[in-house]
Amino acid sequence: MQAINKENLADIQKALESFRGEEVYLHLETTSGVYTAYRDKSQLTVGCYIRNGKIRFTTGKITGAGPYRVGLKMDLGWVYAEGLTDWEVDGEGRLLLAGHNAEGKLACAFELSRTPFN
Amino acid sequence: MEKERHVLIAFPHPDDEAFGVAGTIIKFTDAGVPVTYACGTLGEMGRNMGKPFFANRETLPDIRREELKKACQVMGIQDLRMLGLRDKTIEFEDEEEVADKIFAVIQEVNPSLIITFYPGFAVHPDHDAYGAAVIRAAMRLPAEERPKIYCKAFSEGCVDILGKPDIVHDVMDVLDRKLEAIKAHRSQTEASVAQWQDSLGNKDEEFLQWVGKETFWTYKGPVVD
Repeated sequence: MQAINKENLADIQKALESFRGEEVYLHLETTSGVYTAYRDKSQLTVGCYIRNGKIRFTTGKITGAGPYRVGLKMDLGWVYAEGLTDWEVDGEGRLLLAGHNAEGKLACAFELSRTPFN
Repeated sequence: MEKERHVLIAFPHPDDEAFGVAGTIIKFTDAGVPVTYACGTLGEMGRNMGKPFFANRETLPDIRREELKKACQVMGIQDLRMLGLRDKTIEFEDEEEVADKIFAVIQEVNPSLIITFYPGFAVHPDHDAYGAAVIRAAMRLPAEERPKIYCKAFSEGCVDILGKPDIVHDVMDVLDRKLEAIKAHRSQTEASVAQWQDSLGNKDEEFLQWVGKETFWTYKGPVVD
């Protein structure tokens, strides 16, 4: 993966749009880390993920000045992710976006694929 | 350490064995005791991607599979079973089905000792659910055929309820290889290992106590609140 920046934002936008209008598979995830509350009682351990959600979107955008946000508008709703820092289009043509915190740990992930994720 | 016929290590994630059990495993395999590792998942949902990161959410399972194989090599484990569950989902599976998978391994290798997590005292939902499945599987055997079960526990206040761990293994004599096993899980441990260099160099007593002693609670039945 490489850092998302002003220079490659247009490439990511283009990759995002290549999935528009067809049925695609979504992996969406956010996590505080399972030990968050164990290490600090004042904090809440939170996380959620959906893997292989089938979606079709009409508008998709990446925005922000870093970290970045992605929003997909669907006929009946929205998909949204915040805190994205890194990206790649992998060997299988999947768009992988992730948010890594200051320690380099994954805090959120947003991925689109034309075939189901394993 | 008691003499064993066969040891079954049962943890849900590659690297669950690294910090608290690897030294014990090395001592068993050094003594010629066969060790089987039934690892539940590939740690697909890990947050550590290496430092600097070299993995992503989709490449992580393959990377961790290879790291696990390497760690097993270091620890002398020749029988590694990957049970094909998915990280962070074990507690939502049918309990009997997870127990079935573990029971099949128990029946095949006939261990005299099983090492797993103490259900209810292991913090991560996968740890608790997998430990519970291991106990459930073991309880299917009549008491006289049932292997001993050593459990890892680390939830806050666990000592108040369980008492002090009754099994303590000094693994200082195999510390080099234990550290090598930890390092084999590179994507997950690189950052921690880098932080330890000072403690290791200074022979920090507290650190050496933590890494050089492995503690377990013999499973004695469910804990009633």
